[in-house]
Amino acid sequence: MNDAQMIQTDLGTVLTREEIRQIDSELAHVPYKAGAAIDALKIVQAQRGWVSDESLRAIAKHLEMSAEELDGVATFYNLIYRRPVGEKVILFCDSVSCWICGCDAIKAKLSAKLGVDYGETTADNQYTLLPVPCLGACDRAPVMMVADDLITHLDEAKIDQLFADVKAEDSVAGGEQ
Amino acid sequence: MEKVLTRNIGSEQTPTDLKAYGANGGYQGLRKALRELSPKDCQTVISDSNLRGRGGAGFPTGMKWSFVPMGDSCTPGHKYLVCNADEMEPGAFKDRLLMECDPHQLIEGMILAAYTIGADISYVFIRGEYVVAIERLRGALAECYASGLLGENILGSGFSLEMHVHPSAGRYICGEETALINALEGKRANPRAKPPFPQVSGLWGRPTIVNNVETLCNIPHIIDRGADWYKTLGRGEDSGTKMFGVSGRVKNPGCWELPMGTPIREILEVHAGGMQDGLQLRGFLPGGGSTDFLVPEHLDLAMDYNVIGKAGSRMGTGTLIILDDQTCPVGMVLNLIRFFAHESCGFCTPCREGLPWTRQVLQDIEDGRGQLEDLETLAYQVKYIGAMGNTHCALAPGAMEPLQSALKYFRDDFDRHISGGCCPYHPHKARQHQQIGTGA
Repeated sequence: MNDAQMIQTDLGTVLTREEIRQIDSELAHVPYKAGAAIDALKIVQAQRGWVSDESLRAIAKHLEMSAEELDGVATFYNLIYRRPVGEKVILFCDSVSCWICGCDAIKAKLSAKLGVDYGETTADNQYTLLPVPCLGACDRAPVMMVADDLITHLDEAKIDQLFADVKAEDSVAGGEQ
Repeated sequence: MEKVLTRNIGSEQTPTDLKAYGANGGYQGLRKALRELSPKDCQTVISDSNLRGRGGAGFPTGMKWSFVPMGDSCTPGHKYLVCNADEMEPGAFKDRLLMECDPHQLIEGMILAAYTIGADISYVFIRGEYVVAIERLRGALAECYASGLLGENILGSGFSLEMHVHPSAGRYICGEETALINALEGKRANPRAKPPFPQVSGLWGRPTIVNNVETLCNIPHIIDRGADWYKTLGRGEDSGTKMFGVSGRVKNPGCWELPMGTPIREILEVHAGGMQDGLQLRGFLPGGGSTDFLVPEHLDLAMDYNVIGKAGSRMGTGTLIILDDQTCPVGMVLNLIRFFAHESCGFCTPCREGLPWTRQVLQDIEDGRGQLEDLETLAYQVKYIGAMGNTHCALAPGAMEPLQSALKYFRDDFDRHISGGCCPYHPHKARQHQQIGTGA
């Protein structure tokens, strides 16, 4: 990115009025604009599903910080997506209690069923599969989240049941988040 | 035993609203404090109660609060109270229950803590995946604002407090209090150098207290019923009750409120129902993924901070992770090290570079490519990465705890991997592990 591109970025067409309204309401809680960086990233992601380079530059300009600095923040956090994700993100817990309770086999089953590995999105754009730190439901292990739903006591039959409609196809390579 | 933290939490685990919470003695502690107690009185009661932080470190809560500058010694401006609800320690699942089922108890504890330290702004910093807890806390906050329990001039006392629920954008390191503060400031969550400590210079450079969910949930009861009552609740040297949990292959995994000092055997055998049929206990992590293994000979120890400390581990979060005799100890440690290597913030070299190195050595051993010298390498890593002071924060030393104790208690297992050229627990699956967990 260079200065010329920055100038070409028309804020009004890149961030929606609603996004700007929500970001500006966060500014009341912070002493300088860059303090709302994570909130702003989340607001834009909530609207668009992910944060594109274009969105990132627009947010950075609005918050009076460099796009590079904002990208440093955005790429730090695992729930900020810098690549497109599917309709639903699957957060698969592979931490210790789930591992003891057999999550490796379930992950293999899930990957085979959906045709994707970590960081990838199904061909029909329905699901993106990502690992997640311990989900704090270890008494119900193994667990995962599908969008906002916590699914507990996973076994292979449950995977078949949950994704009964999905036909395994070649995934779209989403790369690492 | 008298239920304190879970007195509103029944087996069906439905959340308690303001009316139900109030009907069962809720906000009585707050009313008492605002009516009768000065902030200094409150701090004294909490100090006298010997309440220790339930997030894992066990630091005395009253002492932590006492470092906040008060009155004329504090420069004009905001002070902050932050609830650390970023529960992400592998194997910890206690704060989720407290927030989902009794959000008002946490809010009352936060208002009391804020009153004690003179904070006017407070945050619940909660992991983004806890969507149910976030929704219920927001509902409870709205009830409090509508009834004058939050906002300007709370219950006519002159004390004002605003409270926000702040969902996090992820990363384990945000549980470290100074990293959490950086995340609240919209930055990368690298931990800060200490001093200055947050109590003096925290959020936006202002005095800030960060307390764990369970710690704060204790406050209303201590204020309401006094330090002496609270001290009688423990069975050993520590005060109060504690949320203890068990996960792994036991008959009845779960989370229960029990007296401090409850013997490990009782938690495991009575509450968790013992091991699943056909499995034997090999060892356990007493307080989450960054605590040292203990073994069956430690079963009769009391779950008290100092008792577990003397046995060579830490009580941590009080949520036990059970290793059975058919689960590979090397594989378990590899899983933990992989987690910590992935969650390193990358700021300091021993953690950023050292943990992936450790992970690789363990992966080689697990996959049957290990050499005897690898055990010396692991011991070297434990010595240098595990030493406090060699790293910027406690993440990497914490990661070394299960490894160092596994080398002590399960050395035979490491040797068998190396001499046999495969994992003795999964001899036919030696190559499969390589393909798992290589994700983002």
